[in-house]
Amino acid sequence: MGFFNKLKEGLTKTRQGFVEKVSTVLTFNKTIDEDLFEELEETLIQADVGVNTSMKLVETMRRRVKERKLKDASQLREVMKEEIAHILVGDNDELGLNVDKDKKNVILVVGVNGAGKTTTIGKLAHRLKKENHRVLLAAGDTFRAAAIDQLLIWGQRVGVEVIHNQEGSDPGAVVFDACKSLASRRDNVLIIDTAGRLQNKTNLMEELRKVGKILARELPEANVEVLLVLDATTGQNAISQAQLFSEVVNVTGICLTKLDGTAKGGVIVGIRDELKIPVKLIGIGEGIDDLKDFQAEEFAEALFAEEEA
Amino acid sequence: MAVFSSLADKLQETFKKLKNKGKLTEADVAEAMREVRVALLEADVNFKVVKDFVGKVRERAVGQEVLESLTPGQHVVKIVHEELTSLMGSSQSKIVISPKPPTVIMLVGLQGAGKTTSGGKLANYLKKQGRQPLMVAGDIYRPAAIKQLQVLGEQLQIPVFSLGTDVSPVEIARQAMEKASAQGNDMVIIDTAGRLHINEELMDELKNIKATVHPHEILLVVDSMTGQDAVNVAESFNQELGIDGLILTKLDGDTRGGAALSAKAVTGKPIKFVGMGEKLDALEPFYPERMASRILGMGDVLTLIEKA
Ligand SMILES: Nc1nc2c(ncn2[C@@H]2O[C@H](COP(=O)(O)OP(=O)(O)OP(=O)(O)O)[C@@H](O)[C@H]2O)c(=O)[nH]1
Ligand SMILES: Nc1nc2c(ncn2[C@@H]2O[C@H](COP(=O)(O)OP(=O)(O)OP(=O)(O)O)[C@@H](O)[C@H]2O)c(=O)[nH]1
Ligand SMILES: [Mg+2]
Ligand SMILES: [Mg+2]
Repeated sequence: MGFFNKLKEGLTKTRQGFVEKVSTVLTFNKTIDEDLFEELEETLIQADVGVNTSMKLVETMRRRVKERKLKDASQLREVMKEEIAHILVGDNDELGLNVDKDKKNVILVVGVNGAGKTTTIGKLAHRLKKENHRVLLAAGDTFRAAAIDQLLIWGQRVGVEVIHNQEGSDPGAVVFDACKSLASRRDNVLIIDTAGRLQNKTNLMEELRKVGKILARELPEANVEVLLVLDATTGQNAISQAQLFSEVVNVTGICLTKLDGTAKGGVIVGIRDELKIPVKLIGIGEGIDDLKDFQAEEFAEALFAEEEA
Repeated sequence: MAVFSSLADKLQETFKKLKNKGKLTEADVAEAMREVRVALLEADVNFKVVKDFVGKVRERAVGQEVLESLTPGQHVVKIVHEELTSLMGSSQSKIVISPKPPTVIMLVGLQGAGKTTSGGKLANYLKKQGRQPLMVAGDIYRPAAIKQLQVLGEQLQIPVFSLGTDVSPVEIARQAMEKASAQGNDMVIIDTAGRLHINEELMDELKNIKATVHPHEILLVVDSMTGQDAVNVAESFNQELGIDGLILTKLDGDTRGGAALSAKAVTGKPIKFVGMGEKLDALEPFYPERMASRILGMGDVLTLIEKA
């Protein structure tokens, strides 16, 4: 199965929840009128696209209808696809993870509680190892019960070493040790797990800022990627998460998890529109292989792909 | 951090144009309801729930005399707030205790919602009331899920029943009941693995646990940051399994928490507790009027309105 079909399969729920509803709205309404726009807006909001982005999208559609003198509702499907693809692709198309074989690379993984950080690290380590990187993990969540054990199990599954200390110890110290290890060994990718924290907790956010500083100081030459893990089931709070995490660490990409469950993949559109942070990875399950690159154009294409195939 | 300007501010703005106070006309209310709608949607209340709600409030508001002490904007907020509060039901922090011990509580929900942590909090809460809970490690899938519960058990000095990861959760639950009887535990709290509401196989597993141990309380644990999908999740778990109440977690964050309203509206089941932090004492009763204020994004106007 090619990338496209796999992606399409993983997004079945998203498509059912989102695209098919759009299609239904457009099939049942033959003429383009205010009611239709209202229904489209509701469909977008229901898909967690977000109130702002939904209103903006519908505004654009109104404009396009005038410009192109569209009459039939079915013509709007193509317009919607275009506009969504436009938002998803954006101007900033630095896609994919920034990991360089000839350099030391650090991936700092951050996010709110339960978003899927540790699991994503397991999957990512597996993938990078398959791509012949030499991967090292750091158990920077020293707070949550058995968080270290959880990462150790993933380390075992993947077959990579995990730098860790005791529960309750200083996360900064673990990160420091891990940086030293990366510098002194042949390993070229260090992935750091951090404790979940809600973005309004000042102390915990300051702790994260410190981790960022340790990285900058200890590995000044390294490629640093800061991945914000967002749960796709999240609503409007995702925006606040991205904003506030970006204030303490330089978030370079988003990994959107649990896309297998939600019928609301629209959240990607809202995030992309409001945040301008590229979505780099998506999680579509709990298994070791359930991590995919996010490719905006293909994603939009898959989202709107017809049922046959 | 408030990302949104408060509904009350917006309504004041809307009603500026209104010259005399008098009665709320249909047109005034219609305009106000547009703002209310956006505010609720921005708070992640499900859009169908918003639609019903706005309709109901509109009906009630039209033709009402505006109270002397309030501006028309405040008056509408007062009505909206009252209706929201009543929709979210009464304050409910009671666990139904079975006359024939042990009382069995089962925690279910999506991945990462906060089930295991809430189980620890609940056991702690019950222990403080003089009960003797037994926690049951029924998540055999997530790496270190059992260890997580065991660590909580150690911290709380509360026993944890586990049979490792090679025995089915149904069998674990069954044997846990025997253990509780033998040890004289009067409360059994079963932790289950996170699962998607659309995963039939895993939903069947929950049904089988239910059929085996007949829990007195099946509590759905819901992350308060959940978006529009909260209704589908709550509805599926309720239809498939039949839930008795909800625990809303991570309310110590800055989410507006519209999921609370959505989940309550579609299941009709009470929100029994809210999670206010990661620590094991961060479990609180649910206060509907506080939640209503939070969803509407208003704190200060409320005191003003309460006096009216
Ligand atoms: N269905 C699904 N579940 C996922 C996905 N990613 C993670 N999960 C599950 O979500 C739950 C939480 O994942 P974790 O990796 O522990 O999340 P975390 O962000 O590290 O959590 P904390 O460290 O407690 O903040 C686990 O049950 C995972 O198996 C995904 O893409 N799809
Ligand atoms: N801030 C905050 N964090 C919470 C709260 N409840 C749970 N958490 C955190 O949320 C994360 C997930 O909690 P768990 O109890 O592991 O969630 P779960 O539902 O058992 O997860 P799975 O078993 O993977 O499905 C952990 O980091 C918890 O510490 C809460 O009320 N507030
Ligand atoms: Mg973790
Ligand atoms: Mg758990």
